[in-house]
Amino acid sequence: MSQPLLELRDVTCERDGYPLFEPVSLTLSAGSVMQLEGPNGVGKTSLLRVLCGLSSRYQGELRWRGQPLDRAAFATEVIFLGHATGLKLTLSPRENLRWWGVLRGFDCTAEIDGALRQVGLLGYEDVPCYQLSAGQQRRVALARLFTSTAPLWILDEPFTAIDREGVAQLEEWLLAHAEAGGAVLLTTHQPLTLPVPLQQVGLRPAQGEEYSDNA
Amino acid sequence: MRELSLSGVLAGLVRRDLQVAIRSRAALANPLLFFLMVGTLFPLGIGPEAARLGPLAPGILWVVALLATLLASESIFRTDYDDGSLEQMLLSPVSLYLLALAKTFAHWLISGLPLALMSPLLAMMLQLPAAAMPALALSLLLGTAVLSQIGAIGAALTVGLRRGGLLLSLIVLPLYMPVLIFGASAVKAAAEGLPFSGQLAVLGAMLALAVPLAPLAVAAALRLSVDQ
Repeated sequence: MSQPLLELRDVTCERDGYPLFEPVSLTLSAGSVMQLEGPNGVGKTSLLRVLCGLSSRYQGELRWRGQPLDRAAFATEVIFLGHATGLKLTLSPRENLRWWGVLRGFDCTAEIDGALRQVGLLGYEDVPCYQLSAGQQRRVALARLFTSTAPLWILDEPFTAIDREGVAQLEEWLLAHAEAGGAVLLTTHQPLTLPVPLQQVGLRPAQGEEYSDNA
Repeated sequence: MRELSLSGVLAGLVRRDLQVAIRSRAALANPLLFFLMVGTLFPLGIGPEAARLGPLAPGILWVVALLATLLASESIFRTDYDDGSLEQMLLSPVSLYLLALAKTFAHWLISGLPLALMSPLLAMMLQLPAAAMPALALSLLLGTAVLSQIGAIGAALTVGLRRGGLLLSLIVLPLYMPVLIFGASAVKAAAEGLPFSGQLAVLGAMLALAVPLAPLAVAAALRLSVDQ
């Protein structure tokens, strides 16, 4: 059994004092891909935001590499790709990626060309992002995955606006990342066809009882 | 992949904000245009005589500069919030304190600094005595830097609200007042031929307090605004 990276114990997100979904417990190990499922509005994005540390509205316990999750140490080991791409449209893909590298504390100028080639955007390095299509912008955001060595990828609907060929490519990247010892946690309504053990976790809406604060 | 030093990170962050501002131009031009346009209204309304306009000029210049800064401060985190960059910043291993400092400094470079440099031009139109020009530029240089820091706190607190503009003014204007008092007083003293180094020293002290402390508040406020 490979090393568990991320563990959730009875975690649920809450909104206005109510739990969004039935508490989930899961273990994400190195080398695996996990897909969060559930109907629209059940709280998949909320859960991912909690895991990244963007939101503190949750109950339950989070553990990282067997220890209670320490945000500062965790930040260097996780990449989060949300609904919003985080791109500045007036800047070129190269400038956007360079800034993102700086955010990680690295000068990744040397890696940018390779990363953009990987996502099929060679030739668009210096075009302002507003001239790119939605799918191409999403690809620029995905290129971040190749400028970093973080083991955990948390991807919220990464397939949005990506063409069919791109979906197959992205699946390959997820697979390669898992095989290299990383782990992927993603939400998508797209059926995935991965040969790796794909864990699927379904979120079920909570029944309407109120959450007590002193629980 | 090469690890960046602290100054390398700061430079990279400031550089990106400057690039964005220069490409879109509005962020650069709006506060300046506001400053010049509103400033030109006063000679039209009050009359251009030096005897009447001159004594009012220090106050007018400072109030208009302050409002221009307020106008600009709303946008510090707005686009970053909308396009998801702010999330990426909050998840960055680089401390949010440093990010807040870099954002605020970049914002001052594109709003406060040009304002201070342009101010003598407007001051001539408002009949400010030439002797007060250095005091005006210096006090604005120091003062707008403090205003940017305070404005950043307000902007960080209200960035999650759809229409945070009015709330931002309510939060920020009371904190702007001490800066206005000492800034305008420095220019007035210089116009009357009195020494003004005392007022500049107070502005400098405010800046020395604001630079290390405001980013703490900005960082905490950003976390709150995104936490939902």
